[in-house]
Amino acid sequence: MDTYLNITEVTKRYANHLAIEKVSVQVPRQGIFGLLGPNGAGKTTLIRIINQIIGADEGAVYLVRSQSGSERLGPEHTRYIGYLPEERGLYKKMKVGEQAMYLAQLKGLDRFTAKKRLQQWFEKFEIGNWWNRKVEELSKGMQQKVQFVVTVVHEPELLIFDEPFSGFDPINVNLLRSEILRLRDQGATILLSTHNMASVEELCDHIALINQSRKILDGSVEAIKREYRTHTFELKLSSLHTDIQNFIPSQFEILHQHRNNYGETTLRIKSAVAIETNTLIQRILPHANIIAFNEILPTMNDIFIKKVKEGSVDDKHRDSALLSNIASSI
Amino acid sequence: MNKILLILQREYLIRVKKKSFIVMTFLGPLLMAALMIVPIVLASIEDVGKKNIAVLDESGLFAGKFESGDNLLFEYVQDDLETAKTFVLDGVFDGLLYVPETQLSLPSNAEFFSVKQASASARSYVRNVMKAELENQKLLASGIDPEIIKSVRTTVNIVTIKLDQDGTESRSYTEVQLGLGMVSAIIIYFFIFMFGSQVMRGVIEEKTNRIVEVIVSSVKPFQLMMGKITGIALVGLTQFVLWVVLTFSIYGVFTLLFGSVGDAAVPGQIQTMMNQTEAVSPQIDDMGVAQIFEVIHSINFGLILSSFAFFFLAGYLLYASFFAAIGAAVDNEADTQQFMLPVSLPLILGIILSSFIANNPDGPLAFWLSVFPLTSPIVMMLRLPFGVPVWELLLSMVVLIAGFILTTWMAAKIYRTGILMYGKKPSYAELWKWIRYQ
Repeated sequence: MDTYLNITEVTKRYANHLAIEKVSVQVPRQGIFGLLGPNGAGKTTLIRIINQIIGADEGAVYLVRSQSGSERLGPEHTRYIGYLPEERGLYKKMKVGEQAMYLAQLKGLDRFTAKKRLQQWFEKFEIGNWWNRKVEELSKGMQQKVQFVVTVVHEPELLIFDEPFSGFDPINVNLLRSEILRLRDQGATILLSTHNMASVEELCDHIALINQSRKILDGSVEAIKREYRTHTFELKLSSLHTDIQNFIPSQFEILHQHRNNYGETTLRIKSAVAIETNTLIQRILPHANIIAFNEILPTMNDIFIKKVKEGSVDDKHRDSALLSNIASSI
Repeated sequence: MNKILLILQREYLIRVKKKSFIVMTFLGPLLMAALMIVPIVLASIEDVGKKNIAVLDESGLFAGKFESGDNLLFEYVQDDLETAKTFVLDGVFDGLLYVPETQLSLPSNAEFFSVKQASASARSYVRNVMKAELENQKLLASGIDPEIIKSVRTTVNIVTIKLDQDGTESRSYTEVQLGLGMVSAIIIYFFIFMFGSQVMRGVIEEKTNRIVEVIVSSVKPFQLMMGKITGIALVGLTQFVLWVVLTFSIYGVFTLLFGSVGDAAVPGQIQTMMNQTEAVSPQIDDMGVAQIFEVIHSINFGLILSSFAFFFLAGYLLYASFFAAIGAAVDNEADTQQFMLPVSLPLILGIILSSFIANNPDGPLAFWLSVFPLTSPIVMMLRLPFGVPVWELLLSMVVLIAGFILTTWMAAKIYRTGILMYGKKPSYAELWKWIRYQ
């Protein structure tokens, strides 16, 4: 795998709790990587470490900017990173253009380039007329557009979006999504942190799931879905000659069964063990006409909830074990 | 470094372009120039009208005692009180002084009638004349010759002369030195608070705007803090320089336009006032006009101004880092009170103790407070016009710079953690943890 961002065994402790513990994540080059996890899992801490807003206590972050090798993240790299934080804002009393120029220059652009690129982006997002207006006069959606522009204006190699879609109306969500995809196609590596599982399914190639300070799952979305397949199938049958139970193998549990007015039956069945699809089809064929056959893979939402719940169950076990230890020691 | 400059530039420009800054910049000198000009104008206005005053002395004690001067013309009248009052109403006289007759004792009351309020100088002249005459009368009644008293009355003038190691002698003028010290101390106090709280408000603004996270992903928190502090320091310097320049140009333009009024009126007025009050306070003319120049020449303005610039800047930098840390620790301005008090206490202490320090500018309290970095910007400026040994001045400066480095280092740690913390206001214990962290 061609990695762009390499996070190795990063740990961060705060005064009274562990924010992240030995987290290692490899973010592939030129893809969209989803950083998932429930609230308080440690995503923001990890993102802040990548942005060098805070330092890691242990471990290191490397950028593989070219084939020549990886570089340990340092202050000189901030210009290659664009960051749109979840909690974001602008100076309210400052003019939009002035402010965008300021933020672009802080990222290392010279005045001339900053102005040229900003004007192009402002045209594209139809906010060119607002250059000389104060930020407080802008609607929330427009402020978000300005924020997006200043995140990407220095053409960073690594883009970090923390809940980028929150607060946008559906039209702007679409605009933003297509811009993110375009940036990826132009070569940017994108780290997307979100709770919106639908957009994860739609945008992300790879994900990492963080829960209670630890990474509990990572890999490509395809592979993870396969790994967590539940052997659930949806079938649509017609010309049923006999009762379903007579031909569906016994390891299957029938989750759902519905017959419509045209004599078609929709079935959802789940196997406790892995099964060859062809074997299943062969069992059905003599008894019914198969109109549709489809394996239902788990959604990222399902996997998320399953993994996070498992984690908290583990945690309960650990806690009760700890409690009994304490009890016995007393 | 380049990024600090960018931040500094923004912090400077947004403040200098603000309406309130422009208004303050022009209003300040106008007020200050007005403070210098208005007394002159008032004096010249009062000078215009000579006052005719009728004296109705029923007691007969003050016959011929009220002498007409430049501004006050006295005329004795013999009519009854009611008639005399009509003179005033008809405008024949500007005022009527009525001393009623008394049977048993010497009169100690008089009444002054006038259409307009009687001027303070006229009143004090009348009071002084009456007082002197009554004292004479009482002395005579006790059998003491007033001449003896006059010859016994002694004025003691002590001229304080400072001896320097190299043998030069210089007269020192405590009042002027005190005034100079107080003024510079108060200006420093005022500027530290004014611009320090601008730093604090700026930090809170960035925090509540939530823009801070975007900025610290481009620059180090320390760079952001220092850019802000130095940018606002330049705003303060700009304002100060503009104030000084504008004040003196307004004053200059005024004296050019109304030069004759200013020149003629002031010494004349001072002279008459002095003449009129001479009887009671002969020592006042110790500070003659000529001597004011000597006083001004006796002060080392080069030293005072350069020290002022140093203590103003270093003191501001020291406190501004505290203010930045406070701004980072809280979410809104209302929460700053708790942390503001301990920070502003040393400055307030310096001002409260100022008269005590000025009384004993070389005492141990003055010495230690002028070395302690939290009070030295104010206390050293108080001491400086009285003359401070070079080593003490240098010690104070070195300690202040060290203090500035230490507080900035501490403040930067609080700042770095605080700008990313929202919600609960931290306790002092937590702030201490932030400082010790890493």
